[in-house]
Amino acid sequence: MSPMARTAPVPAATDPAIIRNFCIIAHIDHGKSTLADRMLQLTGVVQQRDMKAQYLDRMDIERERGITIKSQAVRIPWEVDGTSYCLNMIDTPGHVDFTYEVSRSLAACEGAILLVDAAQGIEAQTLANLYLAMENNLTIIPVLNKIDLPAAQPEKYAAELANLIGGKPEDVLMVSGKTGVGVEELLDQIVRDLPAPQGDPNAPARAMIFDSVYDTYRGVVTYVRVIDGSLSPREKIQMMSTRATHELLEIGVSSPEPKPSKGLGVGEVGYLITGVKDVRLSKVGDTVTTFHKPATEALAGYHDAKPMVFSGLYPLDGTDYPVLRDALEKLMLNDAALVYEPETSAALGFGFRVGFLGLLHLEITRERLEREHNLDLISTAPNVEYEVTLEDKKVVHVTNPSEYPTGKIAEVREPMVAATILAPTEFVGAIMELCQTRRGILGGMDYLSEDRVEIRYRLPLAEIVFDFFDILKSKTRGYGSLDWKADGDQVADLVKVDIMLQGEQVDAFSAITHRDKSYAYGVMMTGKLRELIPRQQFEVPIQAAIGARIIARENIRAIRKDVLAKCYGGDISRKRKLLEKQKEGKKRMKMVGRVEVPQEAFIAALSSEEPVKDKSKK
Amino acid sequence: MTPSVLPLGDPAPADGVLPAQAAIGAADRKFSLYVHIPFCAVRCGYCDFNTYTATELGGGASQDAYAETAVREVEFAAQAMSASGLPKRKLSTVFFGGGTPTLLAAGDLTRILAAAVARWGLEDGAEVTTEANPDSVTRESLQQLFDGGFTRVSFGMQSAIPHVLKVLDRTHNPERVPQAVAWAREVGLRVSVDLIYGTPGESFADWETSVRTALSYEPDHISAYSLIVEEGTKLAAQIRRGQVPNIDDDDHAAKYELADRLFQEAGLSWYEVSNWSRTPQDACQHNLAYWRGDDWWGIGPGAHSHVGGVRWWNVKHPTAYANRLDKGESPAAGRETLDAQTRELERIMLVSRLSEGLAVDTLSPTARKAIAGLIAQELVDPLKVFAGTLVLTLKGRLLGDAVTRALLD
Repeated sequence: MSPMARTAPVPAATDPAIIRNFCIIAHIDHGKSTLADRMLQLTGVVQQRDMKAQYLDRMDIERERGITIKSQAVRIPWEVDGTSYCLNMIDTPGHVDFTYEVSRSLAACEGAILLVDAAQGIEAQTLANLYLAMENNLTIIPVLNKIDLPAAQPEKYAAELANLIGGKPEDVLMVSGKTGVGVEELLDQIVRDLPAPQGDPNAPARAMIFDSVYDTYRGVVTYVRVIDGSLSPREKIQMMSTRATHELLEIGVSSPEPKPSKGLGVGEVGYLITGVKDVRLSKVGDTVTTFHKPATEALAGYHDAKPMVFSGLYPLDGTDYPVLRDALEKLMLNDAALVYEPETSAALGFGFRVGFLGLLHLEITRERLEREHNLDLISTAPNVEYEVTLEDKKVVHVTNPSEYPTGKIAEVREPMVAATILAPTEFVGAIMELCQTRRGILGGMDYLSEDRVEIRYRLPLAEIVFDFFDILKSKTRGYGSLDWKADGDQVADLVKVDIMLQGEQVDAFSAITHRDKSYAYGVMMTGKLRELIPRQQFEVPIQAAIGARIIARENIRAIRKDVLAKCYGGDISRKRKLLEKQKEGKKRMKMVGRVEVPQEAFIAALSSEEPVKDKSKK
Repeated sequence: MTPSVLPLGDPAPADGVLPAQAAIGAADRKFSLYVHIPFCAVRCGYCDFNTYTATELGGGASQDAYAETAVREVEFAAQAMSASGLPKRKLSTVFFGGGTPTLLAAGDLTRILAAAVARWGLEDGAEVTTEANPDSVTRESLQQLFDGGFTRVSFGMQSAIPHVLKVLDRTHNPERVPQAVAWAREVGLRVSVDLIYGTPGESFADWETSVRTALSYEPDHISAYSLIVEEGTKLAAQIRRGQVPNIDDDDHAAKYELADRLFQEAGLSWYEVSNWSRTPQDACQHNLAYWRGDDWWGIGPGAHSHVGGVRWWNVKHPTAYANRLDKGESPAAGRETLDAQTRELERIMLVSRLSEGLAVDTLSPTARKAIAGLIAQELVDPLKVFAGTLVLTLKGRLLGDAVTRALLD
């Protein structure tokens, strides 16, 4: 058993031979953060008294949801056979929406710990990230966590992992982040099994950005892994994608609090501070070099994050619009993937059309806006970006159904995804049925073990952004897991369905759907609205239409009675208060023509059948 | 008629002295007395009034001692009003409600009335009403009430249909009603009957039968209320559990329209959303005092009072009520002093319910702007508006709250 390192290697003067860079690939709730915390404690970088649960997850939302949104890197010392090693643990985001960030974190490492809950087995997203790690030629250390749980089935899942990465079940490490069992052995194994980083110390500097975080006090903090050469304080650096140059105000390592250093050498992981205020100037995947001795070739793998899912965000209270605008501006400093532009809805007023990497990204962003800026928001049903080609060959990109062109349309293309679903074999039928109704095409199916399969489908993104994951979960009694990545586009027979109240179109309820599903959407939405909109003093027809053709219709009958029968001496105060409340409530009504629609109706109509909460949890 | 849930308000002082605003202009306002009798033989399933069955209470709150306790509040009221600088005014109307007032001996009711009249006096020809359950009166007891100064009795008939009465938990035999009405007439009391429509399980034909039956007794006055399912009642629980179908506003509306038509055909006219009378003089003067914003003092546990824009309400439980009065303290649980805007809101809310209507020139410019819309929606009578008052149409009566809201905006 190794002791805590007595002397930690010094940054900027560390021989690459004693550096080990690794990340942990794990599904949400499989105990990654707990294991990381245990490592920090065992190696002495965090004192017992400073320990809060899940030290590395800094945002409240991260701690509450138990997921890591932004990754961190921590330098930890560990001694094996008398030699002090420097371990850099790069904590990766754990969700499907952040695949690109994950790929960059992986690219910063030589090895990965594949961490799997011994009671649950591997999940689809973990599998996807494992494949990503294997494609990057990372050395994989398979680890089963939570072996202290009564429900743990270490033999079964060890066999599954061995099968996946091509080793022996006996080689799978058994740990418990909670009790600390096996963690020292794991640290030893990292030192022994992972290759040391290799790079040319004399070449022009090249460092890859794997994370970029905005800090109110220090501006953007950029996390990098040095591949070649070295970086020193006060040096002028250059971003290779934009050629922008910055003064390097501070350079250092996290352990886990930031510690300035004399620089970073080959294989080292640390942070840079240049005083820039916008993470867009320091993009994940970009290569940092020095201005005076620039590298000629950037590191491979960089691309811009592309939003996949769009939703309109509107303040419930219209006067909050400037607050929302400022909040988005601030959030954007810390989230290079976030894009938005102002939009106006006849029904919802002024708001923004915001593009996200995926549904979780949407939810987290919305939650942060509401929580950190004290906003109440309505978000419209999420949709994808369509490419509409008109007959005059004009091409329109549509991210909002209300912008769908009315002219003659030659062709509509919709984005596709390659989806991987893992589930117990007994649910294969249910999953195939679900994917079929979502216009999916089966790509293949493999057994992970005797009773678990991996199913691959090509699906339209639009079919999975709304409630697909919830339904998958319920159809597989919680056992199914999903991962997806963008996979081109396809021509589809799509139409725009409009919803009208008393003949007035309500833009917030318009949807672009496949022609075969337009009728179902119309029936669903008109039915929902009939339940949600209170009766008015006149009859209110609710219609769903494609162009001028009505495809579904409901009717809200006129209210006939709205009066309290008894109003005597003892009723007056109560009755007055009720009226005052109704008067207040009327202020929260949106007028659609003459029809009063409560805010709640918008929110309820735009949410899926069952609350889309907890999508982040497996 | 005191609902069981008390509003939230300000604390009320133990000496019962009212804020200064209560006395302003009091000499020009009428003064009425309400006496709450918090007893019932059985609690009805739909009832959320502050009432107790005979065996539930003891001490000064018991049925036997109640008259004495009520008289004590009469004395307290007289004192508190004079201490508040209010002029002494004769009683314009008196109303005994419940519960079931006639569960008390007629002598108890007349004793309370006598104590009040001794304090304040009674205007000539003043209306003095008691509510009554058809089962709890005899010719003799009615005679005694008449002799003691009562002028009017309001019978809780509710329905002529046994299965409807059963859902309502009403125990009286419908055949008792004509007898009770006849006795009341014979002794010289004016008669009103109360009906309830829209009870779960009541068919349209059932309701028509009830209306026609009530009319056959030729009352001077009829009140007809749609059933209100109040939270916390047995009926609300039965509906929630699905044992009894829920009420339906459309059914209520249709039944209201039917009743209004039949009442009119029988020579009764509406003077308030839920009240019809044979002549304007037969309208319940006491209830009109509520709607017109006059002053009244409510005697009894849970009873509400209003004097010059100050509203208060007594503690609910009869024992707590009796204890307060024993100590010489005000039984008020809380009160509110209304500002001018709130008083105007109440005025619109209450007077708009009446056939006498709101004088257009008393309305604010914003309220007046809403009138055209109300005419267009056929909620108010255009001819009456041209003549200067805002009076609800039949459709408007059924949507009275919407009219009030429109006038408030």
